[in-house]
Amino acid sequence: MLRIRLCEESLVEPIMSGKIRTPCHLYSGEEAVAAGLCASLTDDDYLFGNHRSHGHFLAKGGSMQEMMAEIFCRETGCSLGRGGSMHLIAPEVGMMGSAPIVAGTISLALGAALAASIRKEKRIAVTFFGDGAAGEGVLYESMNFASLKKLPLIFACENNFYATHLPIRECRKTSEIYRIAEPFCIKTVVVDGNDVLAVYEAGKEAVEQCRSGKGPIFMEFLTYRFRGHVGPDDNIQGSHTDIRPKEEVEEWLRRDPILLFEEYLLDNKLFDIAALENIRKEAEQEVALALDFAQNSATPKSEELTAYVCR
Amino acid sequence: MSADRKLPYSLAINEAFHQMMAADSSVFLIGQGVKSPWYVGNTAQGLLEKFGDTRVIDTPVSENAITGAAVGAALAGMRPVVVHPRMDFMLYAFDPIINEAANWHYMNGAKSCAPVVIWGIINRGGEQAAQHSQALHGIFSHVPGLKVVMPATPYDAKGLMVAAIRDPNPVVYIDDRWLYRVEETVPEELYEVEIGKGAIRKEGKDVTLVAISYMAHEALKAVHALSESGIDVEFIDPRTVKPVDFDLILRSVEKTGRLVIADVGWHSWGWGAEIAAVVSEKAFYCLKAPVRRVALPDCPAPANISLEERYYKRSKDIVEMVQSFFK
Repeated sequence: MLRIRLCEESLVEPIMSGKIRTPCHLYSGEEAVAAGLCASLTDDDYLFGNHRSHGHFLAKGGSMQEMMAEIFCRETGCSLGRGGSMHLIAPEVGMMGSAPIVAGTISLALGAALAASIRKEKRIAVTFFGDGAAGEGVLYESMNFASLKKLPLIFACENNFYATHLPIRECRKTSEIYRIAEPFCIKTVVVDGNDVLAVYEAGKEAVEQCRSGKGPIFMEFLTYRFRGHVGPDDNIQGSHTDIRPKEEVEEWLRRDPILLFEEYLLDNKLFDIAALENIRKEAEQEVALALDFAQNSATPKSEELTAYVCR
Repeated sequence: MSADRKLPYSLAINEAFHQMMAADSSVFLIGQGVKSPWYVGNTAQGLLEKFGDTRVIDTPVSENAITGAAVGAALAGMRPVVVHPRMDFMLYAFDPIINEAANWHYMNGAKSCAPVVIWGIINRGGEQAAQHSQALHGIFSHVPGLKVVMPATPYDAKGLMVAAIRDPNPVVYIDDRWLYRVEETVPEELYEVEIGKGAIRKEGKDVTLVAISYMAHEALKAVHALSESGIDVEFIDPRTVKPVDFDLILRSVEKTGRLVIADVGWHSWGWGAEIAAVVSEKAFYCLKAPVRRVALPDCPAPANISLEERYYKRSKDIVEMVQSFFK
């Protein structure tokens, strides 16, 4: 969680100063979801992300240096600077890719789960998507097929209550997204997405269910992004303001998943403050190295513009 | 076994599936109606019985998710063929085909690619009107990262299906139900027709005629009729519409100086326009006359049969177009 947070926050200055131009949908505030769920996955399990996937990539085990270099659109990036922030991939650890077409990767994860099922493997697939994706038809088609074929697929819905600028109450009659899975006879679970231990426990059970051949599961994680939809804030026509009510933002900031977990560790005397500081220092160093690596990496050669259109 | 064993086009496709599925356990067929001849004719016959319903997967009507699933399975190491028994319905799957499969290799820095075959069947005629009969190869050919093949003969139908399944990239395979009963000798062994290689069906010196898919058959009739009237046509079937075998076409135009393109799609902004553009870019000074096109009018497919007769182009339209060079 801390690695993700520090990574995301380190991007704020370079985004604001224009060093990073690729659209960055920062994951700050939602770290417990990726960290908690991915803890139960192996490198063989498939994960497909969306536009806001820095956290998914890191939690699945992708290289921070390669991700950072990709965000700076450098040749050393995980997508060779051709993809940017929204196309993060590390197949060697099961990070199969991410893409910003809302709900666009849900059916890809469905196919990965189908592949595992055809080959009779124990691996599972996870599709991460936001509350906005609940407005897309392909999610419903995918739930139907996954349930019909009992595919090992976790539908991981990160409900941060805003589809870009539009609050959920303006998108749907009920904010209880998990209920959309019920007509497809898919097991559902709603989890406090800011409580990493709750995510971990629910995730472990979900992974076990999928791995044991009992079919898909729909998990709704209630969480909140601390930053804007894209970039550090909701920059609307040049004005750096948040569209969300100040009180609402403050309430969620008090429920910062990292603060909550640190409190838990201290209260239960599992870690002391010095140990937590050491962890933070290590993460800070890793982030600094990754930033350094990215910024000092070569940019793609212009003569290689069309090098990778086909294999 | 006989060396000149004949197969209809549809069973040539079927044989490609049988042989590829037996040779490679990662190959599977998915889509609406793969169990039903009503949807896919006899192209899938015997597959379910032989390979079971885990590899011959009939699906609900969910083109977007099912095509996406085929793409995702390909990313996860499989070699899927996803069928759209009427390619009009494939438009629901633009996102997985174009946004995802076509872009995947490039936008992921060559880390991953989707070796999926997206098979769309054209269903022209039969008073089926505008949404059951469209030929959409021009749209898919426009997109970087997609290959598009349109076999006209049983030999190519088998060989290009094999090549499409083996290709590491997404390939859109488009056939036409009007071709399903065409018969010719098809080798029994597993073979490939190289994607991107056209074929000269008849050599000639006066006019180059480039015709794809069903129009290749109308072209053949036209070539014979024209030969009787003393016009010696060189007829090329590109077989793959993207990448096109431009070397073959350009060499021919350099020889004949005249080009007619017979397309199964609409006249304007389409595949034929690209052929004309490249020929004018690279062989302009060889041309003795402007490039001409035989294609569908810029109009949705009609239902009424007399309107259909005017809409769909036949050999006489090609003959007239070729003759117009010499009037």
